[in-house]
Parts: sequence; C-alpha cells; structure tokens
Amino acid sequence: MKIFVVFPFFIKFIFVVPILVGIFGVLLPSFGYFPEIGGNKLSLDVFGQLIREPTLPNSILLTIFSGISSTLISLILAIFLSAIISSGDFLWCQKRILANFIVAINRSLISLIAIPHAAIALGFAFLISPSGWIIRWISLGFSGWDTPPELETLQDSMGISLILGLLLKETPYLLLMILISLPQIKFKQYIYIGQSLGYGLFDCWLKLILPQIYPLIRLPVFAVLVFSLSVVDVALILGPTTPPTLSILIMQWMENPDINFRFVASAGAVLLFLISFFSIVTWRFLEWVFLENHNNWQINGKRRSGKILQIFTILCGVIVVVICFLNILCLLFWSFSNRWAYPNVLPSIWTWGNWERYWNSLQETILITLEVGLISTTIALFLAIGYLENENYIKTKVKMNSFWWIYLPLLVPQATFLLGIQILSISLHLDGTMIFLIWSHLLFVLPYIFLSFSDSWRSLDHRMLMTAQCLGSSPLRNLFRIKLSLLFKPLLVTMAIGLSVSIAQYLPTLFAGGGRFSTLTTEAVSYASSGDMRVIGVFAFLQSILPLIGILLAFLIPKFFYRHRSEMT
Amino acid sequence: MLKLENITLKLFEKNLFNPFSIEISGGTIATVMGPSGCGKSSLLSYLCGTLSSEISGSGKIVLNGRDIQKIIPHLRKIGILFQDDLLFPHLSVGENLAFALPSKFKKKERLKKIENVLEEIELPGMYSKDPATLSGGQKVRVALMRTLLSEPEALLLDEPFAKLDKDLRERFRNLVFSHARRNNLPTLLVTHDSADAEAAGEKIIFLK
Repeated sequence: MKIFVVFPFFIKFIFVVPILVGIFGVLLPSFGYFPEIGGNKLSLDVFGQLIREPTLPNSILLTIFSGISSTLISLILAIFLSAIISSGDFLWCQKRILANFIVAINRSLISLIAIPHAAIALGFAFLISPSGWIIRWISLGFSGWDTPPELETLQDSMGISLILGLLLKETPYLLLMILISLPQIKFKQYIYIGQSLGYGLFDCWLKLILPQIYPLIRLPVFAVLVFSLSVVDVALILGPTTPPTLSILIMQWMENPDINFRFVASAGAVLLFLISFFSIVTWRFLEWVFLENHNNWQINGKRRSGKILQIFTILCGVIVVVICFLNILCLLFWSFSNRWAYPNVLPSIWTWGNWERYWNSLQETILITLEVGLISTTIALFLAIGYLENENYIKTKVKMNSFWWIYLPLLVPQATFLLGIQILSISLHLDGTMIFLIWSHLLFVLPYIFLSFSDSWRSLDHRMLMTAQCLGSSPLRNLFRIKLSLLFKPLLVTMAIGLSVSIAQYLPTLFAGGGRFSTLTTEAVSYASSGDMRVIGVFAFLQSILPLIGILLAFLIPKFFYRHRSEMT
Repeated sequence: MLKLENITLKLFEKNLFNPFSIEISGGTIATVMGPSGCGKSSLLSYLCGTLSSEISGSGKIVLNGRDIQKIIPHLRKIGILFQDDLLFPHLSVGENLAFALPSKFKKKERLKKIENVLEEIELPGMYSKDPATLSGGQKVRVALMRTLLSEPEALLLDEPFAKLDKDLRERFRNLVFSHARRNNLPTLLVTHDSADAEAAGEKIIFLK
C-alpha cells in the first residue's frame, strides 16, 4: 500500500508551508512592501511608526503579564489537580464517600474543555460585571447596593479578569494533557516509594512525577502560552480597553479606515511573533534551570505535609467547575429573559421571544458552523488515519516528539500567520471562500484529532490484526473491517473533539471567511460589543451547548449500535 | 518492634485470607508466604497505608508503640523494597540517595554520607551517574540503601529477590538481611520462594 506514503508529505505540506507563508506575508508589509496598497520599497519606516504608537509600551507589558501569568497559574493548578484526581485517596480524608465525591467533581473539570473560549468568556463577563450575577446575589443578601457598584470587576486595566477567564479554559486543557501522559510512566509505584520514604502526596508529585512528566506536556504548555499571549476573542470580551493587549491593537489597526495602518498592523504582528518566541525561549530556559540544573529542591530531603495546599487545590478545582456551570446557566437565563433589571437575581419576565426573533439567522449560522466543523473534522480524520496507517508500512515507531510540527499552528500566534495569509490571499483572491475557511479550521482541528486518535490507534491489540491478516484479510479490509470498527467509539469521540475545536475558532473564521461566513462564535463575539445580554445569551448558550451535545452523542451512539457487544462500549 | 494483630483483607466482603497476628522484634525477619493472588502485596499496601479503594483491610498495626493504622502513609516510617528497583530516572544515582536522606543533614554532611554509602555498596565516585546505566545488581543495591537512608523504623520486602538470577539473588539476600539486622529493623518479607524463607530463618506465616 504505497499510496499511504503521500499522507505524511501532504500533511506536512498543508501545515508547515502555509505557516511559513503566513509569517512571510506579514514580514513583507512590516518592512513597507505591499504593492496592492502602494508599498513598493523595503524600509524600516513602518517599525518607526509602530514604536511611536503611544499605547504600545503599556500594551506590550499587559500582553506579557496576562499571557505568562495565566499560563503559569493554570499549569500549577493543573499539576496539583492531577495529583488529587489520579491518586484518588487523599490520605487525610477518612470518609471514602466524601473523597470520591471530591475526585468526581474535580474530574468533571475535564469536560469543560469542550466549551468554546468565547462562550466561557461571555458567561464569565455576565457573572463578574458590576451588575452581574455575583454582585446581584451579594446585594440580595447584605450589601445594600441598589445600583451597580462602581467597581472595576470587568475589563480591569491590570487584565485580572482576562487572566481569570483564560484560567477557566486552560486549566482543564492542561489537566487533560497531564492525565493522558501519566500512564507513560509508572507513577503509582513512584508515589508508593516516595511515600514510604516519608514524602507526602504533593511532595512526591512535584519532586518525582513532575520532572518525568513535564517533557511530555511541554508542547501543550507552549501552545497555551502562545494562545494566551495572542488571544483575540477572550481579550475582546474580558480584556482591558485602554490600552488593550497587542493582539487587539493589531485587529484595530487592520480595521482602521486609513489603509496605511495595514502596514502598522503587520509590524505589530511581527512584534507579537517575537514576543511569543522570546517568551517560549525564556520559559524553556527557566524550565531547564528548575527541573534540571538547580534541582537541589528535589533532593534536599525536606518533607512537607502539604495538607493546606491540598485543601486549597480542591477548593480551586471546585470553584472552576461551579463558575463554568454558573456561566452556562446565566447565559441560558439571559436568553429567556424579557426583563431582568438590576438587582434582581432572576429575570422578572420570562419569554421565548429572543429565540423566536433570532431563529432565522440562527438556523443559517448553526448550519454554517456545523458544515465547516464536520467537513474539516472529516478531512482531518481522513488525513490522520492515512498517516497512522502509513506507519504500519514504514515499520518505524514514531515518537511523540517527532510530531512537533503538528503543533506548529498552535505555536505561532494566530494573529501573526493568519494575518499574513490573509494579506496574501487578498492578492490571490482566495479570501472569503468556503474552501479557504475550511482549510483554516483544518489547521487547528488536525492537531487535536491527531492527539486524540493516535493514542487509541496505537493501543489496538496487534495480535488481533495479525489474526485477521492470517485469515486472508487484505490490508484495506483490515483497515475498515477490523481497525476502524474496533475503534468506533474513539473515532466518534475524536470527531466530537474536532467539532468542538472548530466551533471555538474565532480568528480563523473572521480572517478566512472575509466577513462572508458567520459562525456561532463570530456572531456571539460580535454581539458582545452591542451589550444586548439577551442576544448574547442566545448565541453563546448555543455555542457552549453544541460541542457538549456532540460529545454526548459520541458516547451514546456506540452504546446503541453495539448494545449487544459489551466490550465495545 | 512491629506488632500486627488480627490482620486481614477483604475484597467484596470476602476475606482474602484468615486473620493472623505476629510480633516482629527489631533485627528479626518474618516471612509471609502464600500462593499468587492471595493478597500478599495488598497486605504490604495495607501496612503502608496505600491500599486501593476496592480492597479494605482491618487489624491493628503497632510500630514501636505507635498505633499507625490511621496515620497517613508518608508519616508511618515504614520502608519498602520491591522486585523492581524503581530508581527515579530523572535523578542521578547519588541524587536518588539524597532524596531519601532526611533534611536534618545539611550540605556537606549530606554529600559525605552519600559518598560513604556509595563506597559501601561498591559504587565509589558514581554520584552523578545515570541509574539507567547501572547493572541489575548495582541497581538493587542503590534501591536498598535509598530505603535505609530514609531512617525507617520497619522494613517491608515485596519479593525483592524474585527477578534476580540465582547467584546474585543469594548475595543480595545476604546483604539485605545483614543490613536489616545491623539497623535493628523489624522486617517482613513477602515471597513465594521457600529458599528465601529458609534464609530468613525466623517465623513463617502461610496465608490461606
């Protein structure tokens, strides 16, 4: 089956080349070259103009502060939560039922990764704004605020609400990445040994498990870092405005009616790329210092009980789950509210009207959202299966680290290479086509499809495949009748994950769609600036519920389909 | 002195073995034998406090006068040795030993102590060596010393000789036993090999 050889090349081609092209696409205009709008010669003038932008220094500081601190906090939280979840018993807790309950609620964190960033950010904004749900509950009881207090709880100038919003989404993601890497080391035995040497659970986790597991989650951590530094949709909703983060500035320059600001936007995108790059380099350096070079903290023999930290971690996990649940509930309530004035904690008049009013535009939006999502997911799955099947023929085990290129779209700021591609696509007249939109989603869907499916694929029992082969089954028949049938459930779960990734995409939809296609995410974010809570409620609630329905189906369909095959569900 | 009273394990309300009691005084090595699957390793997990949730254990564990049954695992002061050496792969040989050493020993003293231990187990000057490059016999010796350096008050042995070949097995067994006796540690050996039990030469319990 030589034909499968084309898959690795093809995948690398649609991954690596466009990103290089995209970077190239912002580099040229940032040096003043953009013939379509009159830039004909290379110069450093554009960077000069960028540096003279008055808000730039504050923007840069804000970007770095919010990006690094949200990544760091969510990583630390994810590390401690993974210790609690995977060790099951936290040892001071004598009541088994309570322990199991705490583990279960912390475990439910993982399902939160299906909810798109924008929906979480919108719900969170509803919750924490000065007239939001939390303040209403407080006023109900004892604060006595009969008008919204003048507190800077949302879009604060330090970026705290932005950091918290990013935390809600990134902690579950990093937690999942840690949990799926754990089986690769003998972590239970190391903890057993560590405890018998007198170390508590968290000590064992930090000194023994983290140094072994970290290389396996390094790329996801970098992906989170770059995402936080360059995020647009969450920053639009929760981030500060005067000045905003760098990625928002880039967007504003792009949308500036004065076409010359396109040059500044490109230079800003190059700057964002440099910031991300140096953040990664610095992060990698500090990693090396703490985990490898200065490892005295691992071997100095200090033993702490860590009990307070364990309680604190559990509390944080519970708070994240509760907040995300309240987010969705709040969106739902707004979508059905006719009148919900401050300081009522519930709408005073309920209505179907919001849903009816937007039903027509909703139908179209949902259709496009699903179309783009399903097509890009199917293509990604096809590519991933082809790639994995090819591994059988080339007879070499591929190491996870050799997949770094699949992370490439996640390691280069979206705002940088998408902007570059958009600038080039204008010259090629590709912008605003469906194919271009699907391809841009594919870039972000494929890494997750790959991550999720390759594990199940590789864990297939090879003796089963050999048996089929010896029974005279051809390789293709083997692929469809044995492998893919055995992997029916992981296949559906992978599709659901792909769909949720596609639904969440904001910037790719905006840039590649050229404003001609709107998905639930772009609609929800664009209504966000209108301040009409009811519409936002409708779109953002649907946006957060759609991926969850997908995942539910992925679990239910195999249950029905294989209801007489107990090992298949 | 390690006193075990009416120890038994239950899986789905069914006893894995009949309750037993034993007193192990310092420097003696008691042996627990039984067919595979009778709960030998789970017994040691129970003593360490790391039993998985589907199995429940009962019985009193008294170590040097402390009732440790309700104490969390890392404070029980029980050292354990498995058949796999389980050296931490991210630390060097010396760092593996340093990990076990209590923090009351400060910088120079730590280094000195570890170098002495390395010399004692015939690995002088190997502080910064990668544990993966050691031979099987060298690895088990490091694992043994790592356990002892943590200053446990009792020692549990979970078939630590099972994976070694015959020659190495006897030598390592003698080393472990002599260290247990020299440190005056009450020791409980779990095995299915009667040669181990004979070498220990003390009380033997058959689980059934």
